[in-house]
Amino acid sequence: MSLRTALLFAASLLCAGAGAGEIPPSERRSGYDLMSRETRAIQDDDATNPGMLWVLDGEALWNRKAGAVGRACAACHGDARTSMKGVAARYPAFDAALRRPVNLEERIKLCRSERQKAPPLAFESRDLLALTAYVARQSRGLPIAIVIDERTLPFLDAGREAFHRRQGQLNLACSQCHDDNWGRRLAGSLIPQAHPTGYPLYRLEWQGLGSLERRLRNCLIGIRAEPYAFGAPEFVDLELYLMWRANGMKIETPAVRP
Amino acid sequence: MARAIVNVPARAKRGEIVEVKTLAQHPMETGFRRTQTGELIPRDIIRRFTCTYNGTEVYRVDLHPAMSANPLIAFSTIATETGTLAFQWAGDNGYSVTETASIRVE
Ligand code: HEC
Ligand code: HEC
Repeated sequence: MSLRTALLFAASLLCAGAGAGEIPPSERRSGYDLMSRETRAIQDDDATNPGMLWVLDGEALWNRKAGAVGRACAACHGDARTSMKGVAARYPAFDAALRRPVNLEERIKLCRSERQKAPPLAFESRDLLALTAYVARQSRGLPIAIVIDERTLPFLDAGREAFHRRQGQLNLACSQCHDDNWGRRLAGSLIPQAHPTGYPLYRLEWQGLGSLERRLRNCLIGIRAEPYAFGAPEFVDLELYLMWRANGMKIETPAVRP
Repeated sequence: MARAIVNVPARAKRGEIVEVKTLAQHPMETGFRRTQTGELIPRDIIRRFTCTYNGTEVYRVDLHPAMSANPLIAFSTIATETGTLAFQWAGDNGYSVTETASIRVE
């Protein structure tokens, strides 16, 4: 059964028994906990985790001079193991100049273009994924720590609203799968709770590393909604809500998922 | 960029069976897929992986289309003497990567 047909079946099924509501903190589970033993083993060992290939590329890029300013990330930020520790755990974070939250990829893109005066890195490009994975790797094991203030509250509310809004031709809300039916199967896949603990992560289905926005595109296309463009504010609102919803859970970057 | 990660225990007892793990960065493009406009994407795969231990071949594998990208190859060998394990991946379009790891046998 293709994912599409599976989703069509699921659509009718979910309409019947929804309404379980938000997940209590004690019942939160990372997607990791729902994976097979074999896939968990691939993630656990840096010698077998293919995401480490990107982390190592990211480390090389971190130390390489770039742009008109001719400075490497390391020239300003020093050793990433200390300067970037915990950073990924509090993104998306409010950017005063843009007056909205930006995610980690956008933050790195901003440093590239404004601090290094280097040509922009495209979303989902190998180099941007590598740098993001390297920066986020420095937070592995640390708890997600999104602090909401009056500046970010409207964006959190927008993200929460989007998460609970039915959309797409299948007329499904994220919450119908991820709050109400997590742990159940959608064809061959277990429905996780959608905690963004491991991004960017290596998806076996992708045969490569991808961002949270790429994952969200997959879910949006699955319910036949039109996905937002990479970097769209709507995406960042959703990411902010997902990260806040996972507050206290541990960062796993680079995670592995089926 | 062509990167590989190898993992060999740093030390082992003589005669001990040790596990060797390798990971190579590679798309493993099958040669059977087409683009959206119907053009065939040419094959680009790793063809052969070998491991030598102080010059003696201890492991070799031929790879084929439809193997996963970034292939993980793990195998075991017997720790015979202190020295070097040398790894080589070779494939289409002149792809060639080498890595080494040392092991101390006591
Ligand atoms: C010329 C100095 C400079 C260079 C080069 C530079 N940055 Fe920055 N970066 C900064 C400054 C200053 C900040 C503080 C925030 C700001 O821009 O307002 C910052 C902030 C950041 C942050 C957010 C940290 C936080 O605590 O929220 C990240 C992540 C980051 N940089 C990553 C990078 C990466 C990756 C590179 C290389 C591609 C890089 N930076 C290159 C100066 C630099
Ligand atoms: C029809 C059910 C369904 C809907 C609706 C849905 N998803 Fe998903 N989602 C899934 C499934 C199934 C997976 C796991 C896929 C796999 O493992 O192959 C997943 C995975 C995810 C993940 C990855 C979690 C991890 O461990 O990395 C996130 C994040 C996510 N979804 C967010 C969302 C958001 C946000 C929405 C709404 C825009 C949404 N999903 C809508 C079924 C759904």
